Amino acid sequence: MLRLAPVATLLVFLAPIVAGLLSTALPAFGWFPALGGREFGFGIFARLFAQPGLGTSIALTLLTGILATALSLALALAFCAAAYGTNAFARAQRFLAPLLATPHAALAIGFAFLIAPSGWIARVISPELTGWTRPPDIATVQDPLGLAFVAGLMLKETPYLLLTLTAAIGQADLARSLATARMLGYGKFTAWAKVAIPRLYPQIRLPVYAVLAFALSNVDVALILAPTNPPTLSVMIVRWISDPHLDLFMPAAAAGLLQFALVVASIGAWRLGEIAIAHAARDWLTNGERGGEGRLRNASARAALTLLFALAIAALAALAMWSVAQSWRFPDALPDRWTSAHWLREMPSLAAPATTTLLVALSATAIALMLSVLCLENEVRSGKRASKALALLYAPLLIPQVSFLIGVQTLLVRLNLDGGFAALVWAHLLFVLPYVFLALADPWRALDPRYTRIASCLGASPWRVLFAVKIPLLLRPLSVAAAVGFAVSAALYLPTLFAGGGRWTSLTTEAVTLASGGDRRVLGVYAFAQAALPLIVYAAALAVPAILFRNRKGMA
Amino acid sequence: MTGLSLRDVTLRVADKYLLGPLSLDVAPGAVATIMGPSGSGKSSLLAYLCGTLDPAFAASGQATLDGVALAGLAPEKRRIGILFQDDLLFPHLSVAGNLAFAVPANAPDRQRRVDVALAEAELDGYGERDPATLSGGQRARVSLMRALLAEPRAILLDEPFSKLDAGLRDKMREFVFAHIRARQIPCLMVTHDEADAAAAGGYIMRL
Amino acid sequence: MRRRDFLIAAGAHAAAPAFAQTSWTETLAAAKGKPVFFNAWGGDERTNAFIAWTADRVRAEYGIELRHVRLRDTAEAVQRVIAEKAAGRDSGGSVDLIWINGPNFLAMKEQRLNYGPFVERLPNFRYVDAEGKPSNVVDFTVPVDGYAAPWRLAQIVYVYDSARLPKPPRSMAAMLDWAKANPGRLTHPTARNFLGATFLKQALYELTQDRALLAAAPTDANYDAAVAPLWAWYDALRPTLWRRGAQFPESGPAQRMLMNDGEIDLMISFNPAEAAVSIANNLLPATARATGLDGGTIANTSFVSIPYNAANPAAAMVVADFLLSGEAQARMSDPRHLGNPTVLDVERLPPDQKKFFADVPPVPGMLSAAELGRALPEPHPGWMTRLAAEWEKRVLR
Repeated sequence: MLRLAPVATLLVFLAPIVAGLLSTALPAFGWFPALGGREFGFGIFARLFAQPGLGTSIALTLLTGILATALSLALALAFCAAAYGTNAFARAQRFLAPLLATPHAALAIGFAFLIAPSGWIARVISPELTGWTRPPDIATVQDPLGLAFVAGLMLKETPYLLLTLTAAIGQADLARSLATARMLGYGKFTAWAKVAIPRLYPQIRLPVYAVLAFALSNVDVALILAPTNPPTLSVMIVRWISDPHLDLFMPAAAAGLLQFALVVASIGAWRLGEIAIAHAARDWLTNGERGGEGRLRNASARAALTLLFALAIAALAALAMWSVAQSWRFPDALPDRWTSAHWLREMPSLAAPATTTLLVALSATAIALMLSVLCLENEVRSGKRASKALALLYAPLLIPQVSFLIGVQTLLVRLNLDGGFAALVWAHLLFVLPYVFLALADPWRALDPRYTRIASCLGASPWRVLFAVKIPLLLRPLSVAAAVGFAVSAALYLPTLFAGGGRWTSLTTEAVTLASGGDRRVLGVYAFAQAALPLIVYAAALAVPAILFRNRKGMA
Repeated sequence: MTGLSLRDVTLRVADKYLLGPLSLDVAPGAVATIMGPSGSGKSSLLAYLCGTLDPAFAASGQATLDGVALAGLAPEKRRIGILFQDDLLFPHLSVAGNLAFAVPANAPDRQRRVDVALAEAELDGYGERDPATLSGGQRARVSLMRALLAEPRAILLDEPFSKLDAGLRDKMREFVFAHIRARQIPCLMVTHDEADAAAAGGYIMRL
Repeated sequence: MRRRDFLIAAGAHAAAPAFAQTSWTETLAAAKGKPVFFNAWGGDERTNAFIAWTADRVRAEYGIELRHVRLRDTAEAVQRVIAEKAAGRDSGGSVDLIWINGPNFLAMKEQRLNYGPFVERLPNFRYVDAEGKPSNVVDFTVPVDGYAAPWRLAQIVYVYDSARLPKPPRSMAAMLDWAKANPGRLTHPTARNFLGATFLKQALYELTQDRALLAAAPTDANYDAAVAPLWAWYDALRPTLWRRGAQFPESGPAQRMLMNDGEIDLMISFNPAEAAVSIANNLLPATARATGLDGGTIANTSFVSIPYNAANPAAAMVVADFLLSGEAQARMSDPRHLGNPTVLDVERLPPDQKKFFADVPPVPGMLSAAELGRALPEPHPGWMTRLAAEWEKRVLR
């Protein structure tokens, strides 16, 4: 039965994605009888390309997506080069997990609070430094080039890449190679670039592609920070899908495929870029140039990351501040009156989405943990290292959500499953499982196999070994994986919107909905609650094993 | 026929010959020693006997314990205990918890057996301690008692003393072999330390 | 209990339309313990709070579990009903009640997606003012025919900051002149938003040559000529708007936030009490005031309708009836809550319902009827749909 675990996992998982993509493709090519589409052809694409603003939207999508990925990667690599092996690196590590647990939308909302012309930064420096007594008419949020959007994406993606880099560094045993290069006279920055990056990059390639796919196709951050006339392609698609006359439903499906093509093409282009850079750098790697101390480069990389972290923390602080402000008028640096009224008044309406968020996240995480454990256990027992097929688990991270969710929604309605709790949990599972599996796989594989052998020889059945030995020994990585899964689920916007069928709203969908509205104080309440929930769960995930094994030094 | 018996056991990995054919009989209460350099497949041989051999290996030949063929039996049904150079006490359990893990679930006097084992390991009153707080010698003794509490019908030793301080080693050898002889079970030890083989005082095979 | 007895008694006297086989008493019984998924735009916090209060009240009175499905756009709910119909789900649908009017109502009505006609069966419907407030029964020139119950009146006003703009413009021409002299201080919600499209519609009303055309759906023959003066005016206005007319707030509340921050000085609103209510809630500066236009402004009614496949139509009707009660209507007209004019004829209410209105305090900053000006009927929804689509073509490039 256990042998079926990977197969079942992939089926539960991939079959609906493929079915979703197909059922997006049918209306895109003209087949959708419910709306009178009974002829295959490219007519729908012609209608799509006639939509106003489509070209600008595509250009904006590509520009922001690629720029955000390139800058996030560059900053993560530069910071490693500047700080690996120093206290600054260790300090940065401590910020990564809480930042990663914070949902994109909450950070984006807080970030907008911060940098808007009427935002906190402008309030702090006005009117003393700027002379502004009212906000200037400058677009710093939803700016036409999408720079605020790029920065908002970097707030989350840089820490994510930094985390994957840290994991890769741990596996590659780089310390000695770097020390060797330094003793040969290479500067810190150059040593890193010539010795570490070529070895690390292949290991973080998949996460980089996932970041690229996310930056090209996410909806929630784009709704908050990206320009609106026109918006990015995925936002445009969501807009069309909610058109009451369904005129644009079929072009929206075609746009879903276009979005998919954009991501595939961008990943392809990125790969070509990798090859080109590797080729161009071949001689440079061995040309003996040792680089200087690179103090300026080191300092600026550190400063950039510090600034990024500071912005993220200030964004969360801005959320908290607004949620307790009674009135806070420009250009006051702080609210002039404070109140708990917003929290008290919103508490009843907050309860339902908070409960949904909690239940869905816990269910999806529990299932993901179970499937991951079964797959890993099967791997260990059969002695076969994860089949290549399991790499397909990462598909949901590389395929734009909107591309298959359009089709999935139609399928769910047809199967009468839309708006059901099961459908919602499944939609979340698609995105939770890959991250849980990633978080769990390395520690699981690294467990000393002799513990299992000893336990078997002591007469324990394989299941007893699993529950009495492995799971307790791996409780810490299991908790961390659970916290990761919870945070991923709690942050999901589009899957909740599509599979929830309007009956289920989460803190994320509520916060994003409110973000288009007007009361920053109420938005502050929701966005702060949205950010706080996964952080609390993360803290609990660290605390549980620590408390359970407080008297076990060997478990530290 | 009692004891542990190996007939023409051969181990291969990916069509590469690793060890054997090897034939050997170990009587109850006797300790047989296999000596060989690292990489000679000693540990794999023990894994083969335990039933925990990596599926990448292929084994041929026959192994029996008390006349019963081991092939096809699940590891937990073989009732073969094993000790490694590391004590491998479960870090999440207390000392007593580690011992209780090994006592058969249906034994009527589980607690007493744990207490007796603690006493035999000269660790009275240490039951609730965290294994990480014990000394190396103490941990090694708990590890042996844990293996014996599962009532094995044979015991395998994989370089069991190599990580102990030189001063402790003699005492530990004496402790281990005395207990094995007292229980009258066959024991197979693999090691590269001549002193281990000498202390065991049984048949020695060199690879 | 007294109140419920009254409702039951009132129900007994209500005229029974042809399709209604069940009495109001039976409707109340069928409603008990049922959930009602109320799909309503969730972008305005005061409305959300009002719906939350409604949920508390109908739970206490009728045992109904009202759940507010907060929409980004009402069209989402219409689309869901259409999707369910396409999938053949003709009962047990996921939407029980929709806050609706205008193009969305027309879409529902044209595609026969409404349950009913049901409004005549609501005991409180007989207090609705259909003569003095004709938009309660004719929505955007489309007869409601009993398929939607009114609950909230709206009329366009322009809110301004009197500290910066002592004498607000009261015509489109004056607005353009002011905007040219004060660039960056006016905007409107995106025309994809109801209020944003209304901004264009109100201008169309004043600028078009032949207003009579607006009472019927636009045709390809008359549309271009009718809207030409509007676009001429708008092309001149747009470069003077906030962010040079390249960026627009997503909704009315988002626009109000810009005013509260001091980014803009003049904005459109659909609530005559907007200034008073928002000042009280710290959402606008204390110097905010509202004004109508010399030529009058568009007024309309918000309705609730029930999809034909609603899972719990009885409970949805009870909620619709509660929204028409003196208690709910008085709270709605209270500037501390929503401040919208009531859809009822208060004079006709029986004393125990009328008393709720006596509790509404007079609030400074409310518009007098004279300041508000004449109420103009909504144009046919087709105008709004076309204007919004054309605006999108002009702005998205």
